[in-house]
Amino acid sequence: MSNLRNFNLRDKGAEIWENWGRPARTTFVFAVVGLVILLPYAGDFSITSILNTPTASYQAVLVYPVGMYILMALGLNIVVGKSGLLDLGYVAFFAIGAYSAAILGTRTNLNIWEILPIGMGLAMLSGVLLGLPTLRLRGDYLAIVTLGFGEIVRITAINIQSTGGPNGIGGVPNPPAVLGMKFDIDNLKGFFWIVLVMILLVIWMIRRFTSRRPGRAWEAIRQDEDVAMLMGVPVLRYKIWSFSIGAAVGGAAGVIFASKAMFVAPDMFTFNVSVLILSCVVFGGMGNIWGVIVGATILAYLPERIRFISTARQLVFGLALVIIMNVRPDGLLPRKKREKIKAKGAGN
Amino acid sequence: MNFSAVTSQFWSLLLAGVAIGFIYVLISLGYTMVYGVLRLINFANSEIFMVGTFASIIVSRNFFGYNDSSDTIHGFKLYYTLAACLIAAMLMSGVTAVIVELVAYRRLRAKGTNRLASLISAIGTSIVLSEGARILTQSRPLASPRLLDKFFVFNLGTVGFRIDIIIVIVFAAGLFFAVDRFVNKTLLGKAIRAVSMSEDTSRLMGINLNRVISATFFIGGLMTGAAAFLYDLVFENTRFNIGFNLGLAAFTAAVLGGIGNLRGAFFGGITLGLIEVFASAIFGAQWQAVTVFVVLVLVLLFKPNGLFGEAIQQSRV
Repeated sequence: MSNLRNFNLRDKGAEIWENWGRPARTTFVFAVVGLVILLPYAGDFSITSILNTPTASYQAVLVYPVGMYILMALGLNIVVGKSGLLDLGYVAFFAIGAYSAAILGTRTNLNIWEILPIGMGLAMLSGVLLGLPTLRLRGDYLAIVTLGFGEIVRITAINIQSTGGPNGIGGVPNPPAVLGMKFDIDNLKGFFWIVLVMILLVIWMIRRFTSRRPGRAWEAIRQDEDVAMLMGVPVLRYKIWSFSIGAAVGGAAGVIFASKAMFVAPDMFTFNVSVLILSCVVFGGMGNIWGVIVGATILAYLPERIRFISTARQLVFGLALVIIMNVRPDGLLPRKKREKIKAKGAGN
Repeated sequence: MNFSAVTSQFWSLLLAGVAIGFIYVLISLGYTMVYGVLRLINFANSEIFMVGTFASIIVSRNFFGYNDSSDTIHGFKLYYTLAACLIAAMLMSGVTAVIVELVAYRRLRAKGTNRLASLISAIGTSIVLSEGARILTQSRPLASPRLLDKFFVFNLGTVGFRIDIIIVIVFAAGLFFAVDRFVNKTLLGKAIRAVSMSEDTSRLMGINLNRVISATFFIGGLMTGAAAFLYDLVFENTRFNIGFNLGLAAFTAAVLGGIGNLRGAFFGGITLGLIEVFASAIFGAQWQAVTVFVVLVLVLLFKPNGLFGEAIQQSRV
């Protein structure tokens, strides 16, 4: 039991990875990405059809919740995992993205590709506006304010006319075809690949950030805010950056989600979604990209797969959260414990 | 915007706000006491409240056999029925709180892990409790039989003081006073205050940490259960997801007064109740939650430790 607890797959993986040469690494990355690209077809073959989900369409499940959850969990990971800010209202940015797609898509001639940066920008802007006053606060206060913000966005969407009130907005357009690939209800594979491209971009972005100044600043803030400030890290500025970059990722997920579902309504953006995304991050292992991806995949896919116990599936989900947190409090794949001191500091 | 309602019904709105505020005070004690000793948000407290509302109604329905069409009862019978409902709600919530601590917090605390892990495991227990209630009740609301004849005891000007409102205010104020005395005057209360100041030092002083933390959860649960009973008495209805909004409001109240601070929770609860009632009279009931949060953000901006965070630090739990 204690072996199981101390075993760190992340460290083990990093060790193997470091011993590989460049060709081996490149081959591995291409192989994994290739396999993931082929995932939408897995439902059609006898061996892999075990992945099929009983009630919902398998390809639809791959887009939402699985792909979307991974994307949002990666975005939230920047905020919670990298910089240690507890955000309980992440769904607000998702909702802002989705509503910008719905309102701009139905009332203007802009297509989804043009709306995508606008939605991200709006989400980012609201992240900055929310962050400026609240990021001066610490831990639990930030949690309650973000939680409140998530509810405010939802209640506002219910109560004003331009968002369609409780009925929401229907007829959100699908994205126009790119290079002959169509995106609509019959071509869900396309949506999966969009989400996949976005996930890969976010992973690339996080890896770049982590090894450079913002990543180091976030790490310092996460470990000890006071010390970071004494060392001259502009704490508030980097917190706002982290918050708004996370918000932009959530906004992007929202735009694609609205365009795939073709419809948005306030009850899609409840507090439960925020909790689920946060659970994905913590469950998988905060601060570790691969852990977050594994956590989000399991938490998004499992409830769909076990839909046959449909009434109790949320109950099982809650139990799983409690048990996993008790057995492995740092998540399934915790962040790397052994930082790259050996390579840089030892001077060999 | 409807300011005329405020001016014409000022005093009755004030009374309604204070009554709701007292229910918030009791629930926010559940948050604030746990925060005081553990420095953690007890996310399952909203579900502890929900369990209490069900316990109280189920006792009057299944144990005493009342239903929606029962007549109101009087005299001694009324007293012992209500007392049984109250005790059931308090015990149920108190025991649930202790179990939540055992399941969600204790092992993680022993390992000294990060705060988010405890938060997620508390969210997990909260999901288990509310989903369990949803499955058992098949998502249906449960109405509380009206046992208490709700007459107006007296009128002050245009304001009628209804009996259930008076019970809420008197009873909640009494309970709050009792908890405040308990924390400040008894040995266990002293231990609770010691743990909230420094866990390590109090362990060195020979305080049994686990016992004190369990006791804190139990007392917080008892108060939340009493709030659940009072809620049933006034609103006569419950559902599996009732805890969410009330829990959120009570937590806001705790933060408003300075979380971890008993008397802060008192002022925070009353203030929040008043803000809620007046805001929904002015802007309409649908904006009630929004105004509450806007006020909260403003308070945190200008007084980040809550309204009474530092001023009465001495009475910190």
